[in-house]
Amino acid sequence: MSTKHTIAVLVNDQPGVLQRVSGLFGRRGFNIESITVGQSEEQGLSRMVIVTTGDDTTLEQIEKQLYKLIDVIKVINLSSKPMVARELALIKVKAEPSARPEIMGVVETFRASVVDIGTTNLMVQVVGDTVKIDAMIELLKPYGIQELSRTGVTAMIRGNA
Amino acid sequence: MSAQTPEVRSTEQLREKWMKPEVITGSEILLRSLLLEGVECVFGYPGGAVLYIYDAMYGFEDFNHVLTRHEQGAIHAADGYARASGKVGVCIATSGPGATNLVTGIATAYMDSVPLVVITGNVATTLIGTDAFQEADITGITMPITKHSYLVRNVEDLPRIIHEAFHIASTGRKGPVLIDIPKDVSAATTLFKPEDTVHLRGYNPRTVPNRLQLDKLARAIEDAERPMILAGGGVIYSGAHEGLLEFVNKTGIPITTTLLGLGGFPTGHELWTGMPGMHGTYTSNQAIQQSDLLISIGARFDDRVTGKLNGFAPNAKIAHIDIDPAEIGKNVPTDIPIVGDVKTVLEMLNPLVGYAGKADAWRDQIGKWKAEYPYRYVDSDTVLKPQWVIEMLNETTKGEAIVTTDVGQHQMWAAQYYKFNQPRSWITSGGLGTMGFGFPSAIGAQMAHPDRLVISINGDGGMQMCSQELAICAINNIPVKIVVINNQVLGMVRQWQELIYDNRYSHIDLAGSPDFVKLAEAYGVKGLRATTKDEAHRAWAEAMETPGPVLVEFVVEKGENVYPMVPQGSTIDQMLMGDA
Repeated sequence: MSTKHTIAVLVNDQPGVLQRVSGLFGRRGFNIESITVGQSEEQGLSRMVIVTTGDDTTLEQIEKQLYKLIDVIKVINLSSKPMVARELALIKVKAEPSARPEIMGVVETFRASVVDIGTTNLMVQVVGDTVKIDAMIELLKPYGIQELSRTGVTAMIRGNA
Repeated sequence: MSAQTPEVRSTEQLREKWMKPEVITGSEILLRSLLLEGVECVFGYPGGAVLYIYDAMYGFEDFNHVLTRHEQGAIHAADGYARASGKVGVCIATSGPGATNLVTGIATAYMDSVPLVVITGNVATTLIGTDAFQEADITGITMPITKHSYLVRNVEDLPRIIHEAFHIASTGRKGPVLIDIPKDVSAATTLFKPEDTVHLRGYNPRTVPNRLQLDKLARAIEDAERPMILAGGGVIYSGAHEGLLEFVNKTGIPITTTLLGLGGFPTGHELWTGMPGMHGTYTSNQAIQQSDLLISIGARFDDRVTGKLNGFAPNAKIAHIDIDPAEIGKNVPTDIPIVGDVKTVLEMLNPLVGYAGKADAWRDQIGKWKAEYPYRYVDSDTVLKPQWVIEMLNETTKGEAIVTTDVGQHQMWAAQYYKFNQPRSWITSGGLGTMGFGFPSAIGAQMAHPDRLVISINGDGGMQMCSQELAICAINNIPVKIVVINNQVLGMVRQWQELIYDNRYSHIDLAGSPDFVKLAEAYGVKGLRATTKDEAHRAWAEAMETPGPVLVEFVVEKGENVYPMVPQGSTIDQMLMGDA
């Protein structure tokens, strides 16, 4: 059964390492829904968080194939454990002054924030899990979304797991 | 062998010579480091971006470089050297076209898990990314077909990178590693100190298996009524042939060896059933399909072995022994996964296993199939049959030669009719199926074993894909016996067009190919031709008596097909058996 998986990959911070990882997904026919890369807690290592879909056999292959890359230090299947997954979205929404109070209502309910105000639009920043951001986008759609940018998911296992 | 081969010094002698830290160029570091890794010979082709490296070779008497006539020849020779010797093969090419000419050879080695260190030059670091003359992003191009790759940005990193590259290439599941050296890095100088430690946090191949799984396999063997072993190239690469023989003798389990596994088990053994798969024996395929326990040892369930996956070994419990965890469960669901080096696994497994006591009826059945369905062909008194030629080569050399092949019908006939009894005697491109591999790989094999007989068996198609390397055989007096099985056609394609594409023969006619005898002679290699059995015996005897390289062309029946054959998409017990 095909399900969504979130995996964290600890890699050497080397030129070309993103190409090695994304290339592996491409040539083996694994799907990438989102990928984020940044510094990790350890100098010289980056942490990638990849959201992918596939059945259990595919997930097992993804983990094993990733481990074959010399620059991959550790692969963690986050979604097998209780995890916190967050992404950030910036949404530029059409907002004539008359529509603004209503939009601000939505923003506050979602504990999102307005980070820029133009003459005819607002830029909304929302942080949360993917479902929350999808919902926010749905609610802002009727006002007219002019530009949308999402970071993709970054995630961590809760507690000491 | 070549009179030019320099005296080989031990790495200890060399290390002593270079112990004192010294400021030298990247090029000099490269050559010294290669020698310290135990490299005996390097195949290569110079060019602009590697001029400093070739300049460093000038007058460097310890360094043995063989100048090929094409980069593809260089890498296939390095591959043949590696497969024949078990050591790491090394080749060097320049940037851009030099590097891209290596791509097929890198992919060939990658598919068959052959340890290579591939050195390419690149344009200077200041020019990288500017589409400079002869610039190609070779690390990017080869990322999917290398085990690992390096673009060296600082000369200080070079000793470490070379040492790591050899470590990665030759451990775990072996494979090609590429080192791309920009021209300015090969010219820059630094203090050189030989590197002898490796710190690779993300690379820890597991060689020792889980004991619980071994126990599970031992119990499964006890219970099995129809057990079967499928052994592959991993047996040879890990040096496990003796352990495998002991395993078979102890358990009495019948064994089939894959194309790359040939030579890993004595072909005369009564429990050996031949090769499995598309052109395997009836016995091997029936045995796999009917088995209740299939033990894969260093094989990876390639599609040419399994046929249609859904329906492969339908009643078998699968045990899979492999050094690469990613192979387990990749194609075939596995019941008993055993990750480890095959040699280590068998050393630990052999004391745990006993004779498979419930399998007596099965062994009888295997014996009957073997007697009833050997490889067969219809011989002729008027034309040479390719199978007869291979049998003749086998008989006259008692199965003791190192045989390399190209790809196609002759490759399958060689696999079927040459009876290998030693590991590293059979060198063929299995995974990638690379035409042009057969002849240059024999040159490498001969460099690895100057005193053994090396026969390179080629078709008339593949021979023309790397025939330029006849030059280096002649110049260096590399005594490879080159066989061309000439059927004047791209035989395997012809066979598929006949059987599957309704006799629509499209672009397979090789009429108008050069006269192979004259081609050999043009390079200074003796050429002989045979069209009858008498001529074949005479020509081959003359080739064997002639020191140095000889090319023998056997003109054979054009319409001969390789049988048995499992049509693509069928399960492996659905075999076309041919007319014989």
